[in-house]
Amino acid sequence: MNRMAETAISRRIRVDKLFKALVIILSVSSIVPMFLILFMIVKNGVSVIDWQFISHLPKPVGEAGGGIANAIWGTLILIGLSFVFSVPLGVLGGIFLSEYRESKLAYLIRLSVEILQGIPSIVIGIIAYVWVVMAMGSFSALSGGVALGIMMLPVIVMATEETLKLVPDSLREASLALGVPYSRTIMKVILPAGLSGILSGILLGIARVAGETAPLLFTAFGSPFMNLNILKPINSLPLTIFNYATSPYPDWHALAWGASFVLIAFVLGLNLITKLVTKRWKVQF
Amino acid sequence: MESPILRIENFSAAFGENTVLKNINLSFSRNTLTAIIGPSGCGKTTLIRCINRMHELTPNARVSGKILLDNQNIYDTDPIIVRRQVGMVFQRPNPFPTMSIYDNVVAGYKLNGIKLSKEEMDQTLEESLLRAGLWKEVKDSLHRRGTFLSGGQQQRLCIARALAMHPEILLLDEPTSALDPKSTAHIEELVSELKKTVTIIQVTHNIAQAARVSDSAAFLYLGELVEFGVTEKMFTAPKDKRTDEYLTGRFG
Amino acid sequence: MNHTIAEMMMPAARSKITLRYKWGVSEASFRKILYLAGLILLVLLVAILFSLVVASLPALRQFGLSFLIGKTWDPVRGEFGALAFLVGTLMSSFMALVIAMVFSLPASIFLGEYFPHGRVSGFMKSIIELLAGIPSVIYGFWGLFLLVPMVRGLETAVGVPPQGVGIFTASLVLAVMIIPYAASIGTEVISLVPADLKEAALSLGATRFEVIRKVVLPYASSGIFAGILLALGRALGETMAVTMVIGNSNFLPQSIFSPGNTMASVIANEFTEATGHLYLASLIELALVLFIVTTVINILGKLIIRKMGTRK
Repeated sequence: MNRMAETAISRRIRVDKLFKALVIILSVSSIVPMFLILFMIVKNGVSVIDWQFISHLPKPVGEAGGGIANAIWGTLILIGLSFVFSVPLGVLGGIFLSEYRESKLAYLIRLSVEILQGIPSIVIGIIAYVWVVMAMGSFSALSGGVALGIMMLPVIVMATEETLKLVPDSLREASLALGVPYSRTIMKVILPAGLSGILSGILLGIARVAGETAPLLFTAFGSPFMNLNILKPINSLPLTIFNYATSPYPDWHALAWGASFVLIAFVLGLNLITKLVTKRWKVQF
Repeated sequence: MESPILRIENFSAAFGENTVLKNINLSFSRNTLTAIIGPSGCGKTTLIRCINRMHELTPNARVSGKILLDNQNIYDTDPIIVRRQVGMVFQRPNPFPTMSIYDNVVAGYKLNGIKLSKEEMDQTLEESLLRAGLWKEVKDSLHRRGTFLSGGQQQRLCIARALAMHPEILLLDEPTSALDPKSTAHIEELVSELKKTVTIIQVTHNIAQAARVSDSAAFLYLGELVEFGVTEKMFTAPKDKRTDEYLTGRFG
Repeated sequence: MNHTIAEMMMPAARSKITLRYKWGVSEASFRKILYLAGLILLVLLVAILFSLVVASLPALRQFGLSFLIGKTWDPVRGEFGALAFLVGTLMSSFMALVIAMVFSLPASIFLGEYFPHGRVSGFMKSIIELLAGIPSVIYGFWGLFLLVPMVRGLETAVGVPPQGVGIFTASLVLAVMIIPYAASIGTEVISLVPADLKEAALSLGATRFEVIRKVVLPYASSGIFAGILLALGRALGETMAVTMVIGNSNFLPQSIFSPGNTMASVIANEFTEATGHLYLASLIELALVLFIVTTVINILGKLIIRKMGTRK
């Protein structure tokens, strides 16, 4: 091989190695924010968290010892409401889509669900405002639950459909051949076989919805009080973080870090549990 | 001679415009094993799926003619009831993966919400597993899921599940084609015993198997019943030329 | 005489099989319930669109199309023009996209080409998943306390008023938020490139880089474009993180360092204080615009990806 060919090849090899290095550097950089964020939250939040933080209500500025108890309860109540609004409808919708897979109607519905999933959360908040807050004349946990429910719905529908698609037809045939009616075949054979997938869809939906703020700004609205009445405004962890972080008071900033810690722990914890659930409960065919 | 337990009269079946079974006339005697044989696509599976009215689950499925179970036209009865009187075992073993072996066997009762007392259930369970030749192997692990069983054992579990419903007729759709030779032999033995107490109709593409286990055989070709008779006679001296060609492996 | 086992069986149990059967009504109604559930999903979407249009009618009637090009947003005088927000949205989203692509494309190549399996890949993928799960408000909080001071420093160095908040900062936060999303789509798309195409090029003596440049990326280009579209759709709808670092000004931004507002952030900011029908309707009209734009972009992106998946 002559000189020119050799240098040409070695140049190409150098470029190749450079490219790979560049790719690695940039890729690794892309996950750096994760660690920065976690680090900041842990560093600033851990010191704030104690039993009082979890169990007390927020105090006015300047007074020591506020807590986020109402935010924690509020988040749980909102999750519960969105569960009620989205899970039964979502699972049934997912069953419909997987049973009537080929039909034109199913195609349209699937398209609608995909569109629903892409709607910005603040737009959903406005819808919940128009449908519930305006009708009721006041902010309420209920309207917040409706907004979060609409957001969780597509997640549940798609998880259900995907999981049920994987259940083989032979199972359905075995059940029908025993003289089991169609409805029971679905509810007692097909659905249980797909339970792990549906469950992980629900858990992931909850994780997503637990961190939402925008749709709650003018539905649940937030409140400094402990409230278990769904017809009244209610606080939530993300709302608390937003209000405290954007306030001018350093005390409140500290509380916001604490609340962020709790929220992140909750969300990441849910993600972890989902992984374990799918592994352990997954049915092999 | 007592009347046949199942009679198929002038029966045709189609998917949309495509006629799969043409004017079939057959009868089955009690406690015998009839093999349904023929090349792929001849309509064997469609035929037995009509007997337990599973055929009509496919969209565009149509039938005409009569199928009389104990002198009653199954098309005048609710399909759910028909399916409870006629059991089916499929080509690939399909035990319910979320249920224990116990629940699998009595699934026909549990899923249908039919209440049996504990003794009735235990008795049905043991009886069915004994008849399926599986009792000894699983009696100590009844509450484990059935998925750890081998292919042959799973198929016997499916047989037990069908038997638990005390069906009039047991339909077997190529029950050994997905199994290894040892399990196949096992099931052939089992089926030869079973036919003494339940009427069996078995679809098979394995002529030797049909020769081994069946009392009568029906040869289907392109949706038509070409020949039907006592196995021994038909296999040694077939009346129709096509039967002869099939049995000697000229096609199919 | 041989009886079938059916006849020998306990008469009680046998009668239970054929007689005890509640059916018919529950069968038909089950199917109806399924249909109903499906229809509700469809109707829900239509109802959302309908409500948005109806609620923004006062503004639609009052301003018509000039809403979108009006420079003034003055609630006091009742003048509502959305241009400042359109510009803010477009500026922040596109800058965010560009910045994000610088990192997400290499990440996709990393995970789709160089390390598709194994522990490194598993680790990266988990981190990306986790990043995607971090709530928006936390990104905003982090942006407020880490990025804003940084940008303030940058602005001082460059000689621009050191506010820290502004469109540039918002693009930074947005970029960090859409990187995981764009990276996972890109990884999917790149791993769909058929191995035999790559092997053909490699066997001709091409280096890995050359295969990526001349075979993989061109093949995956439509998918990568779809990924960009979907990430854009995401960025357009982002509210909380943006609202916390963008400076919340309703004037037309003069530079990338100006404070501003996006359509989403102005709604978040002003909705609860909006008095009067026209004010509210104008904000809702912004939501309608957001809805339409993000829907169109999302459908386009998904269509392209679907087409790519069915290509040989």
